[in-house]
Amino acid sequence: MSLASVPPALLLIAGAVALPFIAPRWRLLALLGLPLAALVQVWHLPDGQVLAGEFLGFAVAPLQVDALSRVFGTVFCITAFAGALFAYRQASLMEMASAFLYAGAALGVVFAGDLLSVFVFWELMAIGSTLVLWSAGSTQAWRASMRYALVHLFGGVVLMIGVAGWAVADGELGFRSMTAALDGEGARALAAAFILAGFLLNAGAPPLSAWVADAYPEASPSGAVFLSAFTTKTAVYVLIRGFPGAEILVGIGLFMIFYGIVYALLENDIRRILVYSIVNQVGFMVTAVGIGTELALNGAAAHAFAHIIYKALLLMSAGSVLLVTGKRRCSELGGLAQSMPLTAVCGIVGAMSIASFPLTSGFVSKSMIVDAAAYQHLALVWVLLAAASAGAFLYVGLKFPWFVFFDRDCGLRPPDPPANMSVAMVLLAVLCIALGLSPGLLYAMLPHAVQYVPYTGAHVVSQLELLLFAALAFFMLLPALRGTLTISLDFDWFYRRFPVLLLALLTPPARLLWRALGEAVCDRIARTGRHLARVYGAREGIASVAGSGAMATAALSVFGAVLLYFYLR
Amino acid sequence: MNEHWLYRPRTLSRLRTWGVGLLVAVVVAELFVTLHPHFGFAGWFAFNAVFAFVSCVAMVLSARLLGRFVRRRDDYYDDDRLPAARSGGAPASDEERA
Repeated sequence: MSLASVPPALLLIAGAVALPFIAPRWRLLALLGLPLAALVQVWHLPDGQVLAGEFLGFAVAPLQVDALSRVFGTVFCITAFAGALFAYRQASLMEMASAFLYAGAALGVVFAGDLLSVFVFWELMAIGSTLVLWSAGSTQAWRASMRYALVHLFGGVVLMIGVAGWAVADGELGFRSMTAALDGEGARALAAAFILAGFLLNAGAPPLSAWVADAYPEASPSGAVFLSAFTTKTAVYVLIRGFPGAEILVGIGLFMIFYGIVYALLENDIRRILVYSIVNQVGFMVTAVGIGTELALNGAAAHAFAHIIYKALLLMSAGSVLLVTGKRRCSELGGLAQSMPLTAVCGIVGAMSIASFPLTSGFVSKSMIVDAAAYQHLALVWVLLAAASAGAFLYVGLKFPWFVFFDRDCGLRPPDPPANMSVAMVLLAVLCIALGLSPGLLYAMLPHAVQYVPYTGAHVVSQLELLLFAALAFFMLLPALRGTLTISLDFDWFYRRFPVLLLALLTPPARLLWRALGEAVCDRIARTGRHLARVYGAREGIASVAGSGAMATAALSVFGAVLLYFYLR
Repeated sequence: MNEHWLYRPRTLSRLRTWGVGLLVAVVVAELFVTLHPHFGFAGWFAFNAVFAFVSCVAMVLSARLLGRFVRRRDDYYDDDRLPAARSGGAPASDEERA
């Protein structure tokens, strides 16, 4: 491997490993230098397979480059750089190292030319992100990280089943469009469906969307910035490459869009509002992948690029508020613009971008998706996307800045955050506006040639109409939008609360049954139970950690079922 | 009291006037551009304005409706509130089990 073919992923992952051994005064240099070096490498690598080899008889390409991977690689490097700048004074060494492992793994996925490499980096990403969550140090974060890890390890198993099935059915593992196989029959269709399900889980698709809002808001102020960027957007990337034009994605994407809006409207925690809006915005991208035309796919990639930047900016702004006030609820904040003008301005720029105001990055990217639906004459999809665009201004574009920086004065007068955090925010805010002012910068990177012109009089006027009348609705409905001290139940109820209820419900009849069975039988069952517990129990023998033990059993059963299926076929 | 300019009553009334002016201006501006609607209904005058307002109200109302069913106190998932723990069914934490 010559210097010219060093994978960008390797730069960050090696950095993550080396970071603890670098003297503190050189650490900043490494933290800022490595993402920049990776960015240079992203643009330096030639198109096509750069590294290729063979594994278990399959051709693998751990480093393969094209325009699509370069778009995502570029924005990942920018976020890693800005995130590191934002984090380095507050974040622990553990968090920084984990974040670099996580970012490196995400780069690994977007430059992987085969499904096996995708899977390896996919799992590495799950580990890195769990460690980022862990580094927050609170009990809530630890618990959330365990739930997060279980969901993602489950997703990894689903993906592995798909990849293994694909290897058997197709005979090779090159990562290309599997949309046609999805519509077919037999083992290829089944394998493709498993791969799609594994990808969608990371995108925050239903029914398991709840992990996003459960985990990310528990991270540290800087941890949430890293988390918002990589997992869901690598999922968008693999969907663009693996399943362009898969019609099912239109419905799934639209569901995600409105799920995000409705839950964010009910939410009080400022970072959770922003996290629900990740699901909402990724919904736009998933819908675009489902539409599948060149304009739609360009739109999905462009919107992912713009979204990563403005969402990182929004979470930086919210994270700064959390850091200096220690408060995270809308109902406890308000009036902070008086003493945190810079954070407020940056937050507003991010909010305008997510709402797709003209002259911001969101306008030039989201419009491509909405117009792609119109060009395909998908009237219902277009109507829903337009409604969601108006809604995006209401539920996050206005709700976040209004209740935090304006509205009722909460009496707090905290200062703007330290210089490194402010500079990181300003950098991303400038990027949001730069992309909005000269969309050509972004369009030149996209996988397909772009003829799209975002700035026409008609388009600007109709978009402003949508947004300003959404604002009118916001201010008229203000009392109904104020935060309350509540959470909203979601699918995670089924793994957080339902088992406990079930246990409580089943205990009395189990006791009755126990008594009815008589002593001899009970003794025998109890002995068998104790023996099983000694070998397979949560704290003993084979599985000494409760979570991974349960997961391993589940994974093993699913693997067994698949093996049986392919054996009997 | 040294009030911040954002919170002066005069600022608020000015902002309100400007806001209403902006709403009117953007609808009037539609007269000066040629729309290229892909669907017949999207070409109606001020369609986007009415549509945005109505759909936003609808979204807020449906969110409130859903909220009736899914909203819980924000300590719902805290451990000391586990119903099983209170009824003496399942142990509340790992430590108890050990």
